[in-house]
Amino acid sequence: MLYREAGQFKTTYAEDMAIFPNRQDRIALGILLGIAFVGVPLLATFHIWPFAGDYLLWAILLPFLILALAAIGVNILVGYCGQISLGSGAFMAVGAYSAYKLGTGVHIPLAWPGFAIAIPPLPVLVSILLGGLAAAVVGILFGVPSLRIKGLYLAVATLAAQFFFDWVFLRVPWFTNYSPSGSVNAPALNFFGLVVSTPVERYLLALTFVTVFAVLAKNLVRGNLGRQWMAIRDMDIAAELIGIRPLYAKLTAFAVSAFIIGVAGALWAFVYLGSWEPLAFSIDRSLQLLFMVIIGGLGSIAGSFLGAAFILILPIMLNLMPTQLGVPLSTETITHLEFIIFGSLICYLLIKEPHGFARLISLGKEKLRLWPFPY
Amino acid sequence: MRAPDRNKILLQVEGVSLAFGGVKALTNVSFDIIKGEIRAIIGPNGAGKTSMLNVINGFYHPDHGAIAFKGLTRARMQPFEASRGGIARTFQNVALFKGMSALDNIMAGRTLKMRRGLVWQMLRYGPALAEEIEHRHRVEEIIDFLEIEAIRKVPVARLPYGLQKRVELGRALAMEPDLLLLDEPMAGMNLEEKEDMSRFIIDVNLHYGTTIALIEHDMAVVMDLSDRVVVLDHGVKIADGTPDEVKRNKGVVDAYLGVPH
Amino acid sequence: MIALGQFLEVLIGGLMTGVLYSLVALGFVLIFKASGVFNFAQGAMVLLAGLALVRSLDLLVARDFALWVAIILGIGFAAVVMAITAWLIERFAVGPLVNQDGLTLFMSTIGVTFVLEGAAQMIFGSDVYPLRLFPTDVWLLFESHFPGGILVSKLDVWGALIAGILVAGLAIFFQGTKTGRALRAVADDHLAAQSVGIPISWIWFVVWLAAGLVALVAATVWGTKLGVQFSITFLALKALPVLIIGGLTSVPGAIVGGLIVGAGEKIAEVFLGPHIGGGIEYWFAYVLALAVLLVRPQGLFGERIIERI
Repeated sequence: MLYREAGQFKTTYAEDMAIFPNRQDRIALGILLGIAFVGVPLLATFHIWPFAGDYLLWAILLPFLILALAAIGVNILVGYCGQISLGSGAFMAVGAYSAYKLGTGVHIPLAWPGFAIAIPPLPVLVSILLGGLAAAVVGILFGVPSLRIKGLYLAVATLAAQFFFDWVFLRVPWFTNYSPSGSVNAPALNFFGLVVSTPVERYLLALTFVTVFAVLAKNLVRGNLGRQWMAIRDMDIAAELIGIRPLYAKLTAFAVSAFIIGVAGALWAFVYLGSWEPLAFSIDRSLQLLFMVIIGGLGSIAGSFLGAAFILILPIMLNLMPTQLGVPLSTETITHLEFIIFGSLICYLLIKEPHGFARLISLGKEKLRLWPFPY
Repeated sequence: MRAPDRNKILLQVEGVSLAFGGVKALTNVSFDIIKGEIRAIIGPNGAGKTSMLNVINGFYHPDHGAIAFKGLTRARMQPFEASRGGIARTFQNVALFKGMSALDNIMAGRTLKMRRGLVWQMLRYGPALAEEIEHRHRVEEIIDFLEIEAIRKVPVARLPYGLQKRVELGRALAMEPDLLLLDEPMAGMNLEEKEDMSRFIIDVNLHYGTTIALIEHDMAVVMDLSDRVVVLDHGVKIADGTPDEVKRNKGVVDAYLGVPH
Repeated sequence: MIALGQFLEVLIGGLMTGVLYSLVALGFVLIFKASGVFNFAQGAMVLLAGLALVRSLDLLVARDFALWVAIILGIGFAAVVMAITAWLIERFAVGPLVNQDGLTLFMSTIGVTFVLEGAAQMIFGSDVYPLRLFPTDVWLLFESHFPGGILVSKLDVWGALIAGILVAGLAIFFQGTKTGRALRAVADDHLAAQSVGIPISWIWFVVWLAAGLVALVAATVWGTKLGVQFSITFLALKALPVLIIGGLTSVPGAIVGGLIVGAGEKIAEVFLGPHIGGGIEYWFAYVLALAVLLVRPQGLFGERIIERI
């Protein structure tokens, strides 16, 4: 009853195709955005519960936003276009290190022409976006095999990308500006004069990026390209027959996905970590992103957010629970328990609802239509 | 029935032969399809009918022979080229995109007609939105035509078989093809569904002027619907003519009864 | 000038390591061939088997059991553990998903990986446990022809022998026996197999048990080589390129793939590595697999995947 759609008429196709055609959905979204853009910063600035300390903002909301963005990118490739990828960590790394190099100035001396390519340090916003672009180029390169290989074999190809870039950023000192320790510091976050440094400012920055990109991504998947991607995912042979070019569809999926993941990588490095080393983008990260997308819902932008929230919160809860319950456990045992619970949850969710939380929520909405009536 | 334009041959199959290892799917098959007609391809099971459609489509490449479509002769054609050239197709086992709704499946059929690129679609503003709406109009016309308005938002995996076949027809129509290849469109349908589907096929031919080639087993349907019939048996053409001519052909009767010849 | 002796030594060492990779890869092939599932958890199974074996072995030896008795009991215990694991996996992880597509099943095995890794270490401990089941010293061959002789590890030779026996046995099983053929049929189409009355639950249990035993064998060799510890699970990642190159459905392919990867890796590292900064062992196998994929998507010995509409 709460969620009744009766009485809401759409008189134009534009209305019918809107992201949130239901008035209830729009209201809910408005409240959410209000809390996110206004409520949270206000509470945090005045240190009102639950933002009394910086922990919630710094350790939970900020990584949540950035990883949700990365998950959107992964979802585009894996969920919408059906190309399995175990190399998302590498794309994040490419985005982060490219943005780093562009943000600190690039100097490549060329032997035979005799001169050098020198690019001055670029503004942070430009570096981040260009970092995404670099990741997109790499994405296209590693997407080329997807034209001939599918499924598992493609997963291995993306693993090749992951391990290769792990090695590149570890062993090629040019990328870390010859840092002796192998780790690098992000340049100052100076956006046209506004310096971003406090947790609240970082949070708002990440939130802006994520909101903009989420809308752009949603537009893409609603449109013709999104349909092409899904057609390739569902039956690529039939897709060819209605005029979809697998080359174009797959490579754009890789490119757009990698771009978003690259931007997320740059944000992760610059806005969240501040200083980082290649390990931040290893295969563990790739698997983490993949899980977010599976658990949240393949082929759902909203699902990316849900999955990111779940994967991030779970370990924290598992860490806090023993102390809350008064049961003393060694950190090792807690880690092992985390593994067990995490793995079991994945198996369970896959059995119960292979389409993830997003599907569970839409099922919930179906129930809400009738509630409080049983049928 | 609309009078086909006798002067315009839309598709010419010339001496096509195709073999898979030792199995000869098609042997020296030649026939034509005239613009505006409904051409049936019939024959007992294993005659090579679907292989013939696959060759026309560009799925299979003939070992010998060629296909001339709209005057252009090609020995090898990629499926993408076929669709871009104006050939659309439905399948025996419904080849819909199971993860999408009926509406999205048919909208996917408009891909070739959509011009706006990636950046426009991302912004979904102005020209991109207008294009999406324009194509939605056309797709809704098809949905009305096929009487599937009620199920347009339903994921196709949940639809009953008969409706799935209709959605697949809709997707093919969305391409505004010159030649529509239907592979057993009535398979698995009851009498009522068959009558509906027959009506749609005739309407497509009349209303949109689409040339249709269809594979079908139901003889009554074939005789009623088609202008001309090609009969294949074991990969060889054994008859070619109007339904009446073919019905009286002794070779055809023998083939269906299994009399070796 | 590369000394021939040095090259041979690296080559032989690489080939031997390759055979050891094949041991792990065989478990994958087994499950994939017989159920169409790609088992990401194979590495974790090696860890579990190894831990069960080494801990029971240590316990029995500490209680003054004779070494041979301890070994037999230890292997028996580990086998029982793998049987229970196989039952649990079939019942709770992959069985319920039998009608889903390959990707879902694959993800489920990733979940299983986490559970096995956590449970194995929680129950059996997470230290490094050395295993002494095979001789670990070396032979020096051809000392008269090459200065210093060619170093060949006895452990590697044992591993190669065992792998050879396993391969022969598995090949015979799949090609020759009725059950083996039935398994291959099941792998093709679960629904069809079920509708014909084939008891998939039982078959999958058997398959996972077999893979578990292969994992146990791999654990004995690798455990002696590296010690039984968590990093053994990363072997699974190394087995992937082996499978790709050899073909996911081919038992001999796993061996050939292993040889190529093992030898290729070592040679690249020793002779190419110093020029590009070292550590290319890390990704060389994958890039090699990628190259093979582009030329021959089904691997060297794999079956062509033909799609029809």
